[in-house]
Amino acid sequence: MKNATSKVIRKNKAQILESWMKYQLTDEDLRDDLMNMEELHGQSEQLLDSFLNALESGNMNDINAREFEPIRDTLGEISVMRARRGYSPRETGTFVLSLKQSLFDALEKEFKSQPEILYKEIILVNNLLDSLSIFTFETFIKGREEVILRQTDEINEISTPVIRVWEGILALPIIGTLDSARTQIVMENLLQEIVATGSSIAILDISGVPAVDSLVAQHLIKTVSATRLMGAECIISGIRAEIAQTIVHLGIDLSNIKTKASLASALRLAYDMMGVEVKKMDRRSKISLL
Amino acid sequence: MIQISKDSMPILREQDVVPFRNRVRELATKIGMSLVNQTKLITAASELVRNMLKYANGGKVLLELISRNGQTGVRLTFEDQGPGIKDIDLAMKDGFSTGKSLGLGLPGTKRLVNEFSIKSVPGEGTTVTITHWKNGR
Repeated sequence: MKNATSKVIRKNKAQILESWMKYQLTDEDLRDDLMNMEELHGQSEQLLDSFLNALESGNMNDINAREFEPIRDTLGEISVMRARRGYSPRETGTFVLSLKQSLFDALEKEFKSQPEILYKEIILVNNLLDSLSIFTFETFIKGREEVILRQTDEINEISTPVIRVWEGILALPIIGTLDSARTQIVMENLLQEIVATGSSIAILDISGVPAVDSLVAQHLIKTVSATRLMGAECIISGIRAEIAQTIVHLGIDLSNIKTKASLASALRLAYDMMGVEVKKMDRRSKISLL
Repeated sequence: MIQISKDSMPILREQDVVPFRNRVRELATKIGMSLVNQTKLITAASELVRNMLKYANGGKVLLELISRNGQTGVRLTFEDQGPGIKDIDLAMKDGFSTGKSLGLGLPGTKRLVNEFSIKSVPGEGTTVTITHWKNGR
């Protein structure tokens, strides 16, 4: 069974596509820097084709039906791609919603003298496109969420590097909030690296930790204890003045942990503990080395 | 006492802690609190939201800027509908914890801020109010 709208679309496809493109482009916010015209044209045509096919199947209500699968796929693809490229939700929504206007124009022209049919068809198209735009938003958000999840993973991965600063000395700059999950990663990385490198001293630098509350302190103490169990010594560096005062007021006891204000002084302490001496060469011996 | 601004923020997940701390920091910087006092206030706030999340599954925080006797300050009210605290005196002791933590959250917070008050009804919930003045006195 073919309905009136699908016939109109079939008849005026080229025109509808053209006017749809026009509506999309009149949107001032359209980012032509993100997508070229040909791509937009291709996507629009593909979508219109699958829309027409779905309509001709006779199903006009349920966008979750099998007939609508190609159009869901196309829309899903487009919205996920737009989400990744950094389009705004408005731009993505306009893509589908502007088709409404072109379809209404075409229907109006065709059924000018038959308001009853016009009304019925417009309601149908309206409902259908509304469901499709909701679907677009859902997938768009899903696309964004994927981006966020990926970034979270990346942050977790890059934010806990273990650096070998000297033979037997490891440094761990901790940046960001130290919650239970992060502590777990930090501890695992550190302990693994201690075994792998046979290091005996680890410096935990907390310059990049914005707030040290009792939970963070507890996590630090746990990490230090675990390191000690492995036979290595831990130095905590990067304790800023305001953090030192806060720790004292909170009543956290870090007295049996070696702490230093800066990474440099922690490194100096580590050298001392290892019996390494670093000193400036005088000029003559430098030249003789060359 | 005059209330200058008022705002509230729900705390439901661990992920809400960092945005909440940033809000407190914004308020503290707005009234020109020094870095040490800012850090004290933020740490205290952080302790209390963590308690709220851990023991009461979250709650609500009221953030206010207030002025009294010519000095401005930040007042935070932490409200939860958790199990409540049976013995507040015991909970305010250093090293006491029902949750395997250091047991410094409540007593430490009290030492960090200028004013601290706690009300709790077992089975109904706990409300903690802290105030920290701009110059920390």
